[in-house]
Amino acid sequence: MTIARSWWWKIGALLLLFYTYYEGFVGEVPRMPILNETIRNLYFHVTMWMAMLVLMICNAFYGIIYLNKSDLYHDLVAEESGRMAMVFGIAGLLTGMVWANYTWGAPWVNDPQLNGTAASLLIYAAYFILRNAVQDDHKRARLAAVYGIFAFVMMIVFIMVLPKMTDSLHPGKGGNPGFNKYDLDANMRMVFYPAVLGWTLLGVWMMSLRVRIKKLEWIKDDQ
Amino acid sequence: MNTALNQYFKLVSHEIRLEFKNKQALTSLLVYSLATIFIAYISYRTALDPITWNALFWIIMLFAATNAIARSFLQESRGLQLFHYILLNPSIVILAKTSYNILLLSVLGIINLLAFSLFFALPIENLMQFIGGLFLGSFGLSAVLTLVSGIVSKAHSQAALVAILGFPLLFPLLITIIKFSNLAISGVDWSVNQPNFLLLIALNSIIVALSFLLFPYLWRD
Repeated sequence: MTIARSWWWKIGALLLLFYTYYEGFVGEVPRMPILNETIRNLYFHVTMWMAMLVLMICNAFYGIIYLNKSDLYHDLVAEESGRMAMVFGIAGLLTGMVWANYTWGAPWVNDPQLNGTAASLLIYAAYFILRNAVQDDHKRARLAAVYGIFAFVMMIVFIMVLPKMTDSLHPGKGGNPGFNKYDLDANMRMVFYPAVLGWTLLGVWMMSLRVRIKKLEWIKDDQ
Repeated sequence: MNTALNQYFKLVSHEIRLEFKNKQALTSLLVYSLATIFIAYISYRTALDPITWNALFWIIMLFAATNAIARSFLQESRGLQLFHYILLNPSIVILAKTSYNILLLSVLGIINLLAFSLFFALPIENLMQFIGGLFLGSFGLSAVLTLVSGIVSKAHSQAALVAILGFPLLFPLLITIIKFSNLAISGVDWSVNQPNFLLLIALNSIIVALSFLLFPYLWRD
């Protein structure tokens, strides 16, 4: 875990986020009907989901590693990435609600993508309830890993497969044209992709900090 | 392979015999779902429009399934679990338990359907499609809840945890099955409903494959 202690990618994350904020607030964006200036939210809303998804993958991946190696450290990484995924999920939901309020007219609409994210937050809430229900460390880790992997697959079905099969207000789904078709011009792409990377790195950074704090607590408990 | 198949059939028939030896659980399950349907009947007192009918049917199925399957591991004593642990292949155990629960829930689903047609009129245009969906829905509900019940039994927690852990995992399945049944109720052509049917089969296969792979990790204690 030397990469968690190295500094270069954290500087990179900060630079990318400064760039995102600068371009997000004063950069050039296309003038679109209905969307108007809210299109800037693309850098702060869609990116949350990307970061959340990466952290969820992290959670399932470390769950699999734990099941094979039985090292509690891997369980710790899985737990903290699940927690951070929830933080980013809530942030994405809030930014999305603000955006929906101005474009679709209401903060909550019956949309498969919204339902999917509400479901994934509920799944992670259940994941932490399960963790709290078990006392023994290794048993907790094992049950949580099994539940986490199962939940991850169900969630991927829910947020990636099902929305493609139903009508959605989101771009690119159910007959709506995708972003790249009309408004994600090259200019916005130059901000969007760095923003995704920046937010994801921030999430991983926050997660690794929590992991390191927990590890220090373990060492303190051992003494 | 032959021994695995042998084990599987032995375990399923063991479950069935156990159920009929102690009929109390079966009866209470039946009374539970009939009482729930009756509560729905005295709350509505009118004929339901098809969408409400369908939603109500599946919600009652969901609760009946949770009630039926939550006990599938919890009722076993510690000694019996240890006995199984020494002698049996865990993947076979989960497959047998799941199969038995599918059987149980399919029968319960048919009984629920009969009770629904008694209390509320039957709005279904295409009954065969609906029953096919009923079977696939029971399949998925059983498979998810059996695995969750295995997790909860290892957590030594109360059975209410099955609902808390299981319901969020069932959202994708329930959305698909309710859509499929709605279309079956409105009597659309098979070609319209086919994508949902295939999606249900795919979902069920994923669920069974995952419990087959993951259950052995729960098993070792």
